[in-house]
Amino acid sequence: MDNKKISRAPVSQQEFKVPKPEDTNTIGGMISIEVNEKKISVPLGTTILDACKMNQIHIPTLCHHDDLCVAGVCRVCVVEVEGMRTLQAACAFPITAPIKVKTSTSQVRKARRHIIDLLLSEHYGECYSCIRNGNCELQSLAQEYGVDGYTFGHCDKPAYEMDKSSYSVIRDMSKCILCKRCVRTCIDLQEVGVLEAIDKGDKTHIGTFMEKPLADVICINCGQCINRCPTAALHANDPSDEIWDAIDDPTKHVVIQTAPSPRAAIAECFDMPAGQSMTMELNTALKRIGFDAVFDTNFTADLTIFEEGTELIIRLYKALVEGDKSIAFPQFTSCSPGWVKYLEHFYPEFIPNLSTAKSPQQMFGAIIKTFYAQQIGVDPKDVVSVALMPCSAKKFECNRPEMADSGYKDVDYGLTTREMAKMIKEAGIHLPEMPKTHFDSPFGDASGAGLIFGATGGVMEAALRSVIEFVTGNKTENIFANANITPVRGFEGVKYVELPINAVGPVPDILKHLVKDWNWLKGATLKVAVAHGTANAKKILDDIKRGGKFSECHFIEFMACPGGCIGGGGQPIPTSLEIRQARAKAIYDEDESLTMRKSHDNPYVKMIYEKFFTEGPCGHLSHKLLHTHYTPRGRFIS
Amino acid sequence: MEPIFKKQERTGPVLFSDYKRGDGIKRALEVGRENVLFELKSSKLKGRGGAGFPTSTKWMLTAAAKSEQKFIVCNADEGEPGTFKDRVLLTEYPELVFDGMVIGGYTVGAKEGLVYLRGEYEYMYKFLTDYLEQMRKDNLLGKKILGVEDFNFDITIRLGAGAYVCGEETALIESLEGQRGESRNRPPYPVNTGYNGHPTSVNNVETLAAAAHIVVKGGDWYAKVGTDKSSGSKLFSVSGDCKKPGVYELPWGTRIKDLLKIVEAADTKAVQVGGASGVCIPALQFDRTLAYEDAATGGSIMIFGKNRDMLSVLKNFMEFFVEESCGQCTPCRIGNIKLLEGVEMIEKGEFTFDYIDKLKDLGHTMQIASKCGLGQSSPNSFISILDNFKDEILNKIEA
Repeated sequence: MDNKKISRAPVSQQEFKVPKPEDTNTIGGMISIEVNEKKISVPLGTTILDACKMNQIHIPTLCHHDDLCVAGVCRVCVVEVEGMRTLQAACAFPITAPIKVKTSTSQVRKARRHIIDLLLSEHYGECYSCIRNGNCELQSLAQEYGVDGYTFGHCDKPAYEMDKSSYSVIRDMSKCILCKRCVRTCIDLQEVGVLEAIDKGDKTHIGTFMEKPLADVICINCGQCINRCPTAALHANDPSDEIWDAIDDPTKHVVIQTAPSPRAAIAECFDMPAGQSMTMELNTALKRIGFDAVFDTNFTADLTIFEEGTELIIRLYKALVEGDKSIAFPQFTSCSPGWVKYLEHFYPEFIPNLSTAKSPQQMFGAIIKTFYAQQIGVDPKDVVSVALMPCSAKKFECNRPEMADSGYKDVDYGLTTREMAKMIKEAGIHLPEMPKTHFDSPFGDASGAGLIFGATGGVMEAALRSVIEFVTGNKTENIFANANITPVRGFEGVKYVELPINAVGPVPDILKHLVKDWNWLKGATLKVAVAHGTANAKKILDDIKRGGKFSECHFIEFMACPGGCIGGGGQPIPTSLEIRQARAKAIYDEDESLTMRKSHDNPYVKMIYEKFFTEGPCGHLSHKLLHTHYTPRGRFIS
Repeated sequence: MEPIFKKQERTGPVLFSDYKRGDGIKRALEVGRENVLFELKSSKLKGRGGAGFPTSTKWMLTAAAKSEQKFIVCNADEGEPGTFKDRVLLTEYPELVFDGMVIGGYTVGAKEGLVYLRGEYEYMYKFLTDYLEQMRKDNLLGKKILGVEDFNFDITIRLGAGAYVCGEETALIESLEGQRGESRNRPPYPVNTGYNGHPTSVNNVETLAAAAHIVVKGGDWYAKVGTDKSSGSKLFSVSGDCKKPGVYELPWGTRIKDLLKIVEAADTKAVQVGGASGVCIPALQFDRTLAYEDAATGGSIMIFGKNRDMLSVLKNFMEFFVEESCGQCTPCRIGNIKLLEGVEMIEKGEFTFDYIDKLKDLGHTMQIASKCGLGQSSPNSFISILDNFKDEILNKIEA
């Protein structure tokens, strides 16, 4: 049954069964309708909402989200369809007949106003003390409809206690308006299924399994629900007060590493369009705020390529040359903490496939409190390490008990893009006006390969840029124009690429202690795949279990979030495919503007292997500081 | 086998007239699908759950939908307050209901029938499954029914879990699929995209029972009973202040005052037609008729004598909706809470007429903007009781 979509979402919410025409030029492909007495023509099966959008007619929405399946529950988008007794939800009504629609009659406006009034009567809306003040869809709607009082009362006390149990996601159900975007995100978009509507009638609420706190259920902390919540019912666990305290404490040396994705998105928090990179402006702002040093996470992304790449070579060598059947293939990337926890919960049997390499954030954390502390002569206990990440799961990751290989908590705080923007604003800084500054020594600027880790396919591309050159001795540019490995790029849910190894070159110095030559790879075909969003990851894992084509892969990149890190749960709200594409473009454009675009060209990485990890990648010290282990959690252990 | 449920003496023009098990199936197989649809169309039978959608159209649309699998679902989630007529059909006339399902399966091209049995009717489960087993033995169910080569059809019974909303056909389908009972967006309709995405005809117990009679006795015979727009008969579940409560089969078009006579009700103040989601009719309007075109009902008739307090009747209904809204759409979930709060304000005498008018206005929005029939009909009693019994309610508050 290939044609049946296997999904946990109710059939009704998966997709319209109205087949959309493949070719709108065929007869019946387009349909003419009337909206507000204006004739328009749209493809058959288009919803009233989309038809209006295409024709610049605004219809308010609340439960609708372009990334999610249709719900039709808030009823804010109701319109009149001639001949129908009741109003119809524009978001859920597919056009299959030449209907006449009116989007702003008196009963439509009255109904919308009633619905907004009803939502406000149940929503604990203390706007001025709310984290989403100024970026709340309910607030905007109230303004749009001129709400100047609470017709049906107002709720001035929280109805639920906040659930602050999770390191990553805080649930404040008093602010929930039951649009179920989070439910659809969790069940349908991510196929995790932690959140669901519980009870009925006036007791309806969004809950977890057995009403347990979020920290005790199988939440993977991806934060995709936060990105799609119209209010502040879901938000990230914000450590900025602690970070301010550390900055204000003269005895503390506070360093921050910044990941590429927040830099490509933070401008959105300063009213700029998506896709403006602010890397160097951000460096200046962070120094002005009072961080003692600002580093580029891309440095450890480059390091990750060495460690994870070497691990892959070791696995391949053991399996292919030594015939060790215990080696798990394909190797999975491990830099997305949401993905790692997803695997620990849902597919613990695949833990041997996960690369043991830590994520770039945690590698940097371990290096900051060891090598860096030594270099600057500061006691690591006085170093406070902050990581600016696009991610809510990074907050959980840095609190994993095993992430203390430096002898201290390797990364003290994971900070999201949104929280960083808030701190910058609080410091009175308008980020886009900042002059540009480079990153601090001793890690300096990193390669474009580390940079593109932010977009889906980026880790794979970065790895391939190095692997191709290590193994074939040929320049990546000679195989892929401009070293842009486009087959692994793009927003397709699952990507699969085969790379035949026709010729091999000499083994580079840094790997000589592991392999003598590459002859054993000659004539082989390297098979790789990329998936983003855990629902897509599930497809690959199920295929591997069935022994399908992905089970033949050697290396697979997985990212928990749709679009990769640029679509992370800590990124600016709102999110949409267009926004994620703009952020990815910013990252790829920045990569292309750099002269150093391959991890193995990064001189600082060479430096750290010469000075600190002297046994090379996957050596003893790097195993201690840069690699980790995982916990098979199953479906019932948090 | 000793019948578990004793059949009572009942008389009625259609449903309680003579019928022998299997006759409808035999007849349907003899005359063919087109003729079954033809008879149904000429009978003008409409859905007996309350919505009144023409049954022939529903079956025709399901028959016309292209799919490898189709389903007939018998909606036995009899949950409307004051309705208990399906209970009688299922326990005393199961042959009508199941024959109706087999006929429906044959007509639309379904191989499977599902009975969605109200959770509270669990006590019938064994009786009904035994009955189905007997039908299988008699070749009225299963493979090659009555020797017809390509006609295979079987019925399974599923139990609901007590949610009122699951009587709504799309919520019922969600529940059958193992999902939370919540109504779906329409279109697409179940006749195209129903159970597990397949074309599904959801019919009320009584509709299926009527269909079995129609196939045997003809559409014209059926249409002779009742009114032009409401053909045939209806089972009324009569409860409340009367001497003879119970289930009655009467032709559509019966006047309310005639029904009151039959059930021997005296000093009646009001009749709630159609259950909690229906309308409350005051004595002045007892000339009105029970029919789709006038006072429509899925069967519930509640009689309120002169001593009943209409505000507490209303409060009871609103408490029911506050609890039984599925909670997905805003107008129904929060709207009903606001209407109940309004009733409580009136009860305490702490209200303004202006605010009550606002609530009635909100009720109108709920009627047109709610996602399904539950929210669309839940303000009916609020509006009709406050309009029709305004003086009584005000007098009581002042007293």
